[in-house]
Amino acid sequence: MSYQYNIGCSLENLKGVRDFIRKSLRGHVASDVVLNEIILALDEMCSNLMIHAHHCNPDHHLELNIDVPQKGKVIFEIIDDGEMFNINHFHQPDIDNLIHEKRKGGLGIRLVKSIMDEVIYTSRDGKNVCRLTKRIK
Amino acid sequence: MVHIKRLQEDGADILAVVGEIDASSSIELDLAIAKSVGEGSTKILVDCGALEYISSAGLGVFMSYIEEFRDKNIHMVLFGMKDKVTNTFQILGLADLLHIAVNKQEAKKLINELSV
Repeated sequence: MSYQYNIGCSLENLKGVRDFIRKSLRGHVASDVVLNEIILALDEMCSNLMIHAHHCNPDHHLELNIDVPQKGKVIFEIIDDGEMFNINHFHQPDIDNLIHEKRKGGLGIRLVKSIMDEVIYTSRDGKNVCRLTKRIK
Repeated sequence: MVHIKRLQEDGADILAVVGEIDASSSIELDLAIAKSVGEGSTKILVDCGALEYISSAGLGVFMSYIEEFRDKNIHMVLFGMKDKVTNTFQILGLADLLHIAVNKQEAKKLINELSV
């Protein structure tokens, strides 16, 4: 099975992203906690891109694809044509620094890396493709 | 998307968070906590019983008050979280940095112990 969703880069649209993922994966992911983790990771990825690569311009779009190639494995692709925002190159601030600096951010990337098994960036047809893989036990 | 109700009970402020907190709505949480603090509350209980979802933007709001609360001797206890929400706090180890109780009764007990 595969599913696709197109999103305008407004933070107001994150709720729609979450609802889409929940609906698409309902039959594939049994655990409510795991499903919430997956939704969280994708929410973080989309909000990062909206803010950092597209400056919340609602005329810019992200494409989200979900593919369930086999039982126990879900592959997500987020495709956009903004400036590449590669979380693998992002320095992770440590938790103590976050408290000290009172920064309301920087936690999202840590969440994505903890939740997803693999995050890979490639280009296709001149666009950025971020592929995230989650194995479900 | 998120609605926050504030009530006072036994000398504590209770902020009941209803709905979902993400990057577009975390400001509501921030404003509610700031209002409690601004009006002199030193005991803040956050009722998470109807909190369906929280992303890093919401976690960041709670984190951002840790130091200020320590300096001003203000205490905050979160309670009543659903498993999926508790899990979000646990992934980053934030459950150890914040005070989290199972229910309101335990939250009140904990905040009174912290306030001594």
